[in-house]
Amino acid sequence: MDLNTKYTPHSWPDHPESATLEGKNKFLGFWLFLGGETVLFASLFATYLALKNRGPSGMEFTTQELFELPLVFIMTMLLLTSSLTSVYAMYHLKNFNFKAMQAWLVVTVLLGAAFLGFEIYEFYHYVHLGFTYNQSAFSSAFFTLVGTHGLHVLIGLGWITLLMLRNSKRGFNLYNAPKFYVASLYWHFIDVVWVFIFTVVYLMGVIG
Amino acid sequence: MSSIAQKKGFGATLWDYLTTVDHKKIAILYLITGGFFFIVGGIEAMLIRIQLLKPDNDFVAAGLYNEIITMHGTTMIFLAAMPLLFGFMNAAVPLQIGARDVAFPFLNSLGFWMFFFGGIFLNLSWFLGGAPDAGWTSYASLAISSPGHGIDFYALGLQISGGGTLIAGINFLVTIINMRAPGMTYMRMPLFTWSTFVVSALILFAFPPLTVGLFLMIFDRMFGANFFDHTMGGNTIIWEHLFWIFGHPEVYILILPAFGIFSEIFSTFSRKRLFGYSAMVFATVLIGFLGFMVWAHHMFTTGLGATANAIFAVATMAIAVPTGVKIFNWLLTMWGGSITFTTPMLYAVGFIPSFVAGGVTGIMQASAPLDYQLHDSYFIVAHFHYVIVGGVVLGLLAGLHYYWPLMFNTMLNEKLGKITFWLFFLGFHLTFFIQHFLGLLGMPRRVFTYGADQGWDLFNAISSYGAIFMAAGVIVLIVNIVMTIAKNVPVGRDPWGDGRTLEWAIPQPVPFYNFKQIPLVRGLDTYWIEKQEGNTEGMTFAEPIGDIHMPNNSIIPFIMSLGLFVGAFGALYNGEQPWAIPVLGLGLIITFAAMATRSLKDDLGYHIHKEDLLNEKGGKH
Amino acid sequence: MMKGLKKWRLFSMLTALMIFLAGCGDEHLSTLTPAGQVGRDQLDLMILSTAIMVLVIIVVMIVYIIAIVKFRRSKLGEDFMPKQVEGNHTLEIIWTTVPIILLLILTVPTVIATYELADTKGMDKKDENGNNTALTVNVEANLYWWEFEYPDLGIVTAQELVVPTGEKVYFNLKAADVKHSFWIPAAGGKLDTNVDGINTFFLDFDNPSDTLEDGVFYGKCAELCGPSHALMDFKVKTLDREDFNAWAKDMKASADQAAPATAVAQEGQEIFEQSCIACHAVSGAGTAGSVGPNLATFGDRNRVAGYLKHNEENIKAWINDPQEFKPGNRMPQPEDLPGRNGKALTDQELDALTEYLMGLSVEE
Repeated sequence: MDLNTKYTPHSWPDHPESATLEGKNKFLGFWLFLGGETVLFASLFATYLALKNRGPSGMEFTTQELFELPLVFIMTMLLLTSSLTSVYAMYHLKNFNFKAMQAWLVVTVLLGAAFLGFEIYEFYHYVHLGFTYNQSAFSSAFFTLVGTHGLHVLIGLGWITLLMLRNSKRGFNLYNAPKFYVASLYWHFIDVVWVFIFTVVYLMGVIG
Repeated sequence: MSSIAQKKGFGATLWDYLTTVDHKKIAILYLITGGFFFIVGGIEAMLIRIQLLKPDNDFVAAGLYNEIITMHGTTMIFLAAMPLLFGFMNAAVPLQIGARDVAFPFLNSLGFWMFFFGGIFLNLSWFLGGAPDAGWTSYASLAISSPGHGIDFYALGLQISGGGTLIAGINFLVTIINMRAPGMTYMRMPLFTWSTFVVSALILFAFPPLTVGLFLMIFDRMFGANFFDHTMGGNTIIWEHLFWIFGHPEVYILILPAFGIFSEIFSTFSRKRLFGYSAMVFATVLIGFLGFMVWAHHMFTTGLGATANAIFAVATMAIAVPTGVKIFNWLLTMWGGSITFTTPMLYAVGFIPSFVAGGVTGIMQASAPLDYQLHDSYFIVAHFHYVIVGGVVLGLLAGLHYYWPLMFNTMLNEKLGKITFWLFFLGFHLTFFIQHFLGLLGMPRRVFTYGADQGWDLFNAISSYGAIFMAAGVIVLIVNIVMTIAKNVPVGRDPWGDGRTLEWAIPQPVPFYNFKQIPLVRGLDTYWIEKQEGNTEGMTFAEPIGDIHMPNNSIIPFIMSLGLFVGAFGALYNGEQPWAIPVLGLGLIITFAAMATRSLKDDLGYHIHKEDLLNEKGGKH
Repeated sequence: MMKGLKKWRLFSMLTALMIFLAGCGDEHLSTLTPAGQVGRDQLDLMILSTAIMVLVIIVVMIVYIIAIVKFRRSKLGEDFMPKQVEGNHTLEIIWTTVPIILLLILTVPTVIATYELADTKGMDKKDENGNNTALTVNVEANLYWWEFEYPDLGIVTAQELVVPTGEKVYFNLKAADVKHSFWIPAAGGKLDTNVDGINTFFLDFDNPSDTLEDGVFYGKCAELCGPSHALMDFKVKTLDREDFNAWAKDMKASADQAAPATAVAQEGQEIFEQSCIACHAVSGAGTAGSVGPNLATFGDRNRVAGYLKHNEENIKAWINDPQEFKPGNRMPQPEDLPGRNGKALTDQELDALTEYLMGLSVEE
């Protein structure tokens, strides 16, 4: 592999993320990693469901009283939209349009950061109500599940930002194309996990 | 360029191993570290047997005994058996499938160093206020109330080394899927590669539940979370589920590679193709799959209810079927063959009755109502030692002798090897067979002592004397290794004379790029086919000689793991020592800085040029 | 036909082996000498599964021995080239289906027994007066001692479980601190005592235990629970129903025990009431949940602290230094007891306490 090879939209391969063996390996390895991550979140979901609404005798916090769907709905929309914008970015990766890709990634990062901001506000709000991490088994399980997702969002934001900065002057090559690609895969994964959190924790918490 | 290095001093060699990304050298690192921890775990085992030699013994105190059993189990499973298996996988699998390296050489190194530092961290607990003492299963109610930092060392140490294991698992999966030589279809892969493949998948799906369980325990103990505190709504049974959802597949993670090694050995030393190859592959996959369906048989007495117990009892019994298929296929591989009793073959032959005995007692325990009697008694201790020593450890020792010439281009002494086998094999049966009956006579496991005249005195003494034979066997093995290294007689290609698979077709010592030309695989047992056709090259080539792309060595994996090691001390002493948070921060900064260096510095590797290969200069290392 | 006969021969051989092995074990402790129907059901499963498994082992060993004797290279010669066989479908089918059939033979009784042994509906059966017909015992496992409460009888005891023979006795199991496991090997399998919830099961006993070597069955904690897990023993005394009723009545009456007979014992009582009574009750009437074991039946017991021989020497040694005997247990050292102000017990005080404790009895 050679960083000095200059590509044109014509010579740029259809699947730049898997045009090299390294790219293929990264692509497959990352999918497998996401498989492991899925089991990790499944374990956290199972723990949460087992401990939902459980606390010391006389605990006043329940999912029904605690969660506010409008806020969570806005967060969901932000994250879903950011997933869509990352799809646009990947479209421009295949299209060999570096600037457009960077632009869409910036939008993705901004949406993700907004999501994270709301989440921090949400947590702050709960803690303010007395629903702290140590308050009950329910609170521990809630903050651990949703917080682990939040940490993933933070890592994703940092990762995509650093990728953009690192490659801002270099444009595309077959060395960094797989990196952009797997970062966007990761972002989609985060989004999918949030859909489950939204459903299992919030919707089923308030309605179910 | 690091490739054309000359004769090196100690410092240079050390640096070479700290930075290596070559799967063959990483295999040696796994072998040395795993071997070291195997000795440590063995010493712990001897202390246990000395304490139980006679009733009311006071050789080790009550609390210390619990630390020893906990560390014996944890060390043997996580720090000895698994790394040693990884050692053989690293040594053999890329060569078996005709690859120049694994898919992620950098991650391969990172995986090793994380395991290494996790293991060291866990064992430092002995010197820093006491080892974990809640058993290797670390059941939550006891672990949460355990004083001191032992359990914290357990949770953090396993977290770090578990991360390394997960990385290694993903690496082997991608390697086997993407890096096979032309013609090496899935149904031509040697059984050891197949079992590595299945085991890597098990690691991928089994380790995350352990990760979560350990995090919950860390949060409970260090940050005041309430997952396992029932007064705060917590539930300790969650830990049991998470642990065994990991723990049961873990048993197969250990045994399947041993099955793989034995399959290679039976076929090699019977000079015969593996009987029922496709049935063997199918059985391996099926065992791996069923391994995830049976975790609750470790919890029959937890009180899950009759329906859960009945379902898990039946599911557990089902695993006997593919395992039986394997046993019979091994027997039929020998049948009609030409068997030569080399040391590896002795281990393989000794493995069959031992493992069958361990397997059938497993079926007895699958019968839930019967398990109410057997669970947590010495019967289960006998059972899992029959499976793990009679299966996994015999497999490791067989693999050690079998792959030694592949790894070091010299042969372990056969005579000493056979002495080791007989001492170890007899000692093993003497130690553990009698323990079945101790269990039936009502002796619970994990007891630091027992009162006289309960009918257990004689059997315990016999068991302890058996352990001495095992220890003697290991000492002979160490002598053998030291002598072999000192003599260092090179053996050359196909040292066993009956090699069948691709790894034996490579000239010895294996060049650091493995294959000058990638081979073309024309069937199962490639090398055997080529030998039969009189091909002196040992393989048919799929490509002309050309430039070879190689990865650069790197110290970054070592530094990243070191950062986690340092940070773990900060997490451990959090809230107790003023330096805890800064140390945690420092550790994370080291790790993240190393990661940043890795991503900012393009690492494109280098090429070995065609001319160097033609001159054969590149081959010497 | 022959095959069936062989199987039966094997079966009877195994039974003989079991009986032989039972000889090594102790009747009050061994799973091979069941004391009641539960233990017998489990032993039957053990014999059945062992028979099937020995059959498997024999088949494997026959093929194995022939293979390694007949096909050695030293016999066949260095040049012998084996036929490279791929496999055999018929054989694969045989060694897949035969084990499945063998397992089915084991599966059916396993599933039936699983449900039968979990059936605790009898616990809630009432007679016409609304009283429970069956005896239920609430077991609470504490760090290294056991408490047994009889909720329907209003009595509580510790360390020594007393149950009637010839009927199902139901148990509610829970742990007070960390997880333990309740196991009476001779009577039947174990069940864990969890901290999070109550587990229920039943056991039964055929005969009174007074014919046994020690007059009691041995009970064990089967789940690692801390340094002194190995010492967390208890004993089980079985009485026929009449004796049991008499014992229960005496327990109930032990609330108003007569004053100790001797002056020394009276001195002991004074010390006890000052320093011990905060944790240890001396009346058998009551409910569960005390800090230390109930001592109403102390004089009748088989052991001190669950495992030491029941004599005055051991009682004194135990009281004087409980941590030495059961590391990690919750009983304070004598100098830390209420009213001691850091003073250890003198020999005279120990004598007095011991005499008092030995006099605590409900069995005349």
